Amino acid sequence: MSPVLAIHDLEVAYGTIAALHGISLEVEKGEIVTLIGANGAGKTTTLRTISGLLKPRKGDITFDGRSIVGSKPHIVTKMGVSHVPEGRGIFANLTVRDNLELGGYLRKDKITAQEYERVFTLFPVLKERIRQSAGTLSGGEQQMLAISRALMSRPTVLLLDEPSLGLAPQMVQTIFRVIREINAEGTTILLVEQNAHMALVTAHRGYVMETGRIVLTDNTKALLASDRVRKAYLGG
Amino acid sequence: MEDFLQNLLNGIAAGSIYALIALGYTMVYGVLKLINFAHGDIFMIGSFVGFYAGRYMARHATGEAASLGSAALVLLLAMLVCGIVGYLNERIAYRPLRNAPRIASLITAIGVSFLLEYGGQMVFGPDPKFFPTLVEKKIIHLGTITTTNYQFIVLAVAIVFMGLLQYIIYGTKFGRALRAVSFNFETASLMGIPTDRIISMTFVLGSMLAAVAGILYGLSYPKIDPLMGIMPGLKAFVAAVLGGIGNVPGAVVGGLLIGIIESFVGGSQFSSYRDGIAFVILIVILLFRPSGLFGRYEPEKV
Ligand SMILES: Nc1ncnc2c1ncn2[C@@H]1O[C@H](COP(=O)(O)OP(=O)(O)O)[C@@H](O)[C@H]1O
Ligand SMILES: [Mg+2]
Repeated sequence: MSPVLAIHDLEVAYGTIAALHGISLEVEKGEIVTLIGANGAGKTTTLRTISGLLKPRKGDITFDGRSIVGSKPHIVTKMGVSHVPEGRGIFANLTVRDNLELGGYLRKDKITAQEYERVFTLFPVLKERIRQSAGTLSGGEQQMLAISRALMSRPTVLLLDEPSLGLAPQMVQTIFRVIREINAEGTTILLVEQNAHMALVTAHRGYVMETGRIVLTDNTKALLASDRVRKAYLGG
Repeated sequence: MEDFLQNLLNGIAAGSIYALIALGYTMVYGVLKLINFAHGDIFMIGSFVGFYAGRYMARHATGEAASLGSAALVLLLAMLVCGIVGYLNERIAYRPLRNAPRIASLITAIGVSFLLEYGGQMVFGPDPKFFPTLVEKKIIHLGTITTTNYQFIVLAVAIVFMGLLQYIIYGTKFGRALRAVSFNFETASLMGIPTDRIISMTFVLGSMLAAVAGILYGLSYPKIDPLMGIMPGLKAFVAAVLGGIGNVPGAVVGGLLIGIIESFVGGSQFSSYRDGIAFVILIVILLFRPSGLFGRYEPEKV
């Protein structure tokens, strides 16, 4: 089976300073793959390059076997890759409903009542907040909204950039539970996290990134057991 | 008291023209954080399209119904032409500089402005022209104040177009996308919103409103020339800043306020400062409330 998302020898630079030094990574259909690494390792840069916000200096990215390098972000989204950015990217000036509707911007049909119900089942609190301005939501609620919004385009692959960042432990549990549910329903997920423990117990496979390079990859069981990962990312 | 009402009415009429222009400044600033200094000149082009089209119509249409119909046609034509000019302005001058330092776009905007002003002098001739009478002028006495049907036409047309804009921004899918792009360009693109197309449409809409303002201006102050966009353009810019640049209702309120304040200054013993007052207002806002009346203050993003 060929991977639904594949990165080959990707190099990305900010100006003249390279942030990614030729990374390769593959995601199979139906998987949760996690990319872990310290702050500044290049995780966000990787996701932003996949979704077309950054142009690589070298290398290729394929989605469903077709190269998407050089495609504008809205085209990548249209093809089926939905990116929940670091910091959530909520439109704070719009209502919760408007945010969700924007997630379905590319669709010809309307977002159905069932889809709204689905969101409210995953995150009941959004139902109460639906008419509120999204800027009034708590951090955790904003993350719920960002994930729900990304689902409205019915993506094949969901890119999540640090969904647990800054959230209370209870909320982190909720978010990761929903990530597993979304995956169980058929959405492939590439999950970027600094919370290595949660990421590794949630995902199927993982890549470890250090200063712009992939230094380790394996299934998550093996990574959780690896000395190197335990020392550097799991606090012993 | 009569003076007060008279000044108020004149101010609202002039202010609604400023407001229509200010909307274009504020919408473009909203999506691109760019002050489109050529916007006042688009207003001028709208006036000139009205001049030529109106003259043509005057020769070919007679009767009151025909005159209203042809006035509407003149308006639509001006909107079409300005929409195209606004589109090209963004496409040719600003888009290539999208990722360049902001000062580059700003200087380009000033360049485009000069191009339109002096290009306008070349094409239309530098002399003032008399705007044709699109609609028969009627004097109206309202109690003790005197006005014309023009002031009511200006007001009515301005309200209709502001209402339309309000509907587009808050009632349509495009408007929702526009608000998203204004809030955050990148995230909007991740939603699948074609941000370039939304930006183009923003220029088209703003330019169409400037065209409406150009026609209403020609109707009210029937002497037009290729440099006529400079002053109303600057004042409308002040209006947009006063309302909070990037804020759509703010532009309307700012425009009306500038119009009203000018009208009162003009009717007072300080009437020679009429044209300067807008700039005094600008300095005061920039000193004490740079975010304007309704804007949130957003520190420059790094
Ligand atoms: N906009 C930027 N301009 C310049 N350098 C950047 C920018 N964004 C990130 N970097 C640099 O690129 C490297 C990778 O950053 P990033 O992808 O954000 O890492 P991570 O998401 O793993 O924390 C870091 O060294 C960071 O300083
Ligand atoms: Mg990051």
